[in-house]
Amino acid sequence: MIWSWIPQNWSLIWQLTWENAKLGVLSALYGLIISLPLGIIAARWRWFYPPVLTVVNVIYAVPSLALWIALIPAFGLTDTTVIIGLTAFSLCVILPNVVAGLRAVPAPVRQAATAMGYGPTRRLVTVELPLAAPVIIGGLRVGVVSSISLASLGQLIGVSSLGYLFIDGLQRSFPTEIYVGLICVIVLAVVCDLVLLGVRRLLTPWQPRRQVALAQWPGLQRVALRRRAA
Amino acid sequence: MSFFSYAWDWVTTSANWHGSDSIPQQILAHLGYCVLPLLIAALIAIPAGVVIGHTGRGAAFVVNVANSWRAIPTLGLLILLAVYLGFSVLTWLLPLVVLAIPPILINTYEGVAGVDPDVKDAARGMGMTSWKQVTRVELPIALPLVLVGLRTSAIFVVATATIAAYIGLGGLGRFIIDGLASNEYGPVAGGALLVVVLAVLVLALFAVLNRLVVPAGLRAQAKLGRTE
Amino acid sequence: MLTRSRTGGIAAIAAIALAAVAACSSSSSSSSSSPSASASSSSTSSNPLSQGGSSTSVVVGSANFPENELLATVYAQALQAKGIKVSTKLNIGAREVYYPQVEKGTISIIPEYNGTLLTVEVDKTSTAKTTAEVDAALAAKLPSSLQVLKSAPAQDSDSITVTQATANKYHLKSIADLKPYAANMALGAPPEFKTRSDGIAGLKATYGLTFKSFVPLDESGPLTLAALQDGKVQAADVFTTTPQIVTDKLVSLADPKFNFAAQNVIPLVYKPAMNATIINTLNAVDAKLTTEALLQMDNAVITEHASYSTVAAGFLQAEGLS
Repeated sequence: MIWSWIPQNWSLIWQLTWENAKLGVLSALYGLIISLPLGIIAARWRWFYPPVLTVVNVIYAVPSLALWIALIPAFGLTDTTVIIGLTAFSLCVILPNVVAGLRAVPAPVRQAATAMGYGPTRRLVTVELPLAAPVIIGGLRVGVVSSISLASLGQLIGVSSLGYLFIDGLQRSFPTEIYVGLICVIVLAVVCDLVLLGVRRLLTPWQPRRQVALAQWPGLQRVALRRRAA
Repeated sequence: MSFFSYAWDWVTTSANWHGSDSIPQQILAHLGYCVLPLLIAALIAIPAGVVIGHTGRGAAFVVNVANSWRAIPTLGLLILLAVYLGFSVLTWLLPLVVLAIPPILINTYEGVAGVDPDVKDAARGMGMTSWKQVTRVELPIALPLVLVGLRTSAIFVVATATIAAYIGLGGLGRFIIDGLASNEYGPVAGGALLVVVLAVLVLALFAVLNRLVVPAGLRAQAKLGRTE
Repeated sequence: MLTRSRTGGIAAIAAIALAAVAACSSSSSSSSSSPSASASSSSTSSNPLSQGGSSTSVVVGSANFPENELLATVYAQALQAKGIKVSTKLNIGAREVYYPQVEKGTISIIPEYNGTLLTVEVDKTSTAKTTAEVDAALAAKLPSSLQVLKSAPAQDSDSITVTQATANKYHLKSIADLKPYAANMALGAPPEFKTRSDGIAGLKATYGLTFKSFVPLDESGPLTLAALQDGKVQAADVFTTTPQIVTDKLVSLADPKFNFAAQNVIPLVYKPAMNATIINTLNAVDAKLTTEALLQMDNAVITEHASYSTVAAGFLQAEGLS
């Protein structure tokens, strides 16, 4: 590992990290923006969810490279192609969490809000969404992390990202460059993950910290709760 | 011309179905690159997930894996191994196995650990040994989630094997990488379409497996819908 | 009920998020100018109008292999030294991918190789072989939006290369010597070699060679070299300035019938983006670019892993061009 390579090429590394971050974060945010209304509808009208879930499962199964290729005639070899593809994948991860989070709001709580005179919108915004927030943000975290990692593949269709370091490193048989690329992607993903963790803590100050570590995985949350009961 | 027209034209050109590097050959090669790592990963991850789920030790490790495995860029891992190991079997086998393990591990753990404590208690009360508890009670109940984990892994491996063509592997990715190099959108679109078809077939396969292997009551319970 | 602290928290996050999204969308729609000429901005081949070159700003592109990226960096730095605004789009792809972009003007300058440029894109039937013939044919046949400047002495050609062991075994000195053995050999080359006119078809037409199989590899990179060493292929297309030819003791077979034409480095430019300063600067750089110099720079970048910008700067300084 040639450490001196890093300061020598700092502007390149920084620029690629920034491009990669843009691709990943924007895609996850767009995924969230689309998932929220879809998820709210699916949580409310149960018949809506199974077909939507099937479509989501199919899209998620499509390899990202293949999806981008399908978009090329319409959007070219551009950032847009990559972002649209990654938004679709983020959607697949965030939507089930929105639905699970909203459905996990205990019925008594919803009924109490109605009893207090909250209309459905006010109840949604002030009660259900905040309670669902940990699970939704958990899904957003997964979405951001996987988008950042997948964005590096964009270099295969010429879209600038940290994947450049992998490709150039391969061509020159230069492990240092590849390690730097790997570390940058992972660090970037971890930083974004921690930022979102902070966001969740800001938005849900009533949640004890320890328990919520598992909350992003609805299944694991059930495990944790059951553990406590047993 | 749209993606589908390019892809369809190329796939229906009979010349592409004959000779070396033909469509059937690459499909078989691709399946080979997928099935082997998946089997190895399942052999490692399912027992590990069962043990961790049953005993509860090492759960923190699983949570960490759950949070971090998606951060690993698959192309980077493939290329790193290519630079160190050259272009041998291990170069693609190792990363694919490593990447296939987390979904299976996480979901197996979740499935086994999430079994109703009352049920576990009943099994213990009936005098079942640990082994019997796991094989007669916990694993069967965890089966839907284990299958979800296997399905997620399978999809992941199909996608990564496509990219592995970049380091010289055969398979359906070959059409994509070579087409991109020659600026011929036909094979690129055709290869992509075939990969999508393969992925959908994998989904269908697991849906059938689910129906066959998992009892109806458990299937209804698991229908809360997880994509992974 | 929203408590004050939570409202504040939400407001702060919303403000930051909006600012971030606004910053991201505004910066992604403008082209980036990178003084140290390293990473590429996004390729917008679907919207050529958004990135044409003005008379004081150009886009230097490169193909997807290290030597070409190096040459692009050399050109970019030389132009910057003369006060021209340069942005780079490196590692785009093979010629088949970037050529249409230069034609449209999305890329203003790209380092090319005159022989392959002629036979692959400009005139597939051309029989021009020497540097002078090729340059003349290019000048005559290029589309009107394009121009080539003066070719450099440096050449980097395709060559059919074998290991020392294979050369000894079959007594191979030139491509013609392969004729009796080709049917038992696998040939490795970049994927586009399969369809290029001087590729599989050219070898058949010029030397009557039919190989047992074709293995698509990379642009004379680690994949190709490893395949040769491992015996996965018995002959491969290795570019003549690849440093590993020397370090791995490979044998590049002679090409007496000129299947591969002269391949001097030459700038391919988009005419409307050019002015006298740019043209003179690039010609001055190419005048000093010998095969020896190119081989040395390739060695620094590929074997010693020096960074492209450092090596390019070193060359320009040594030749008094920066």
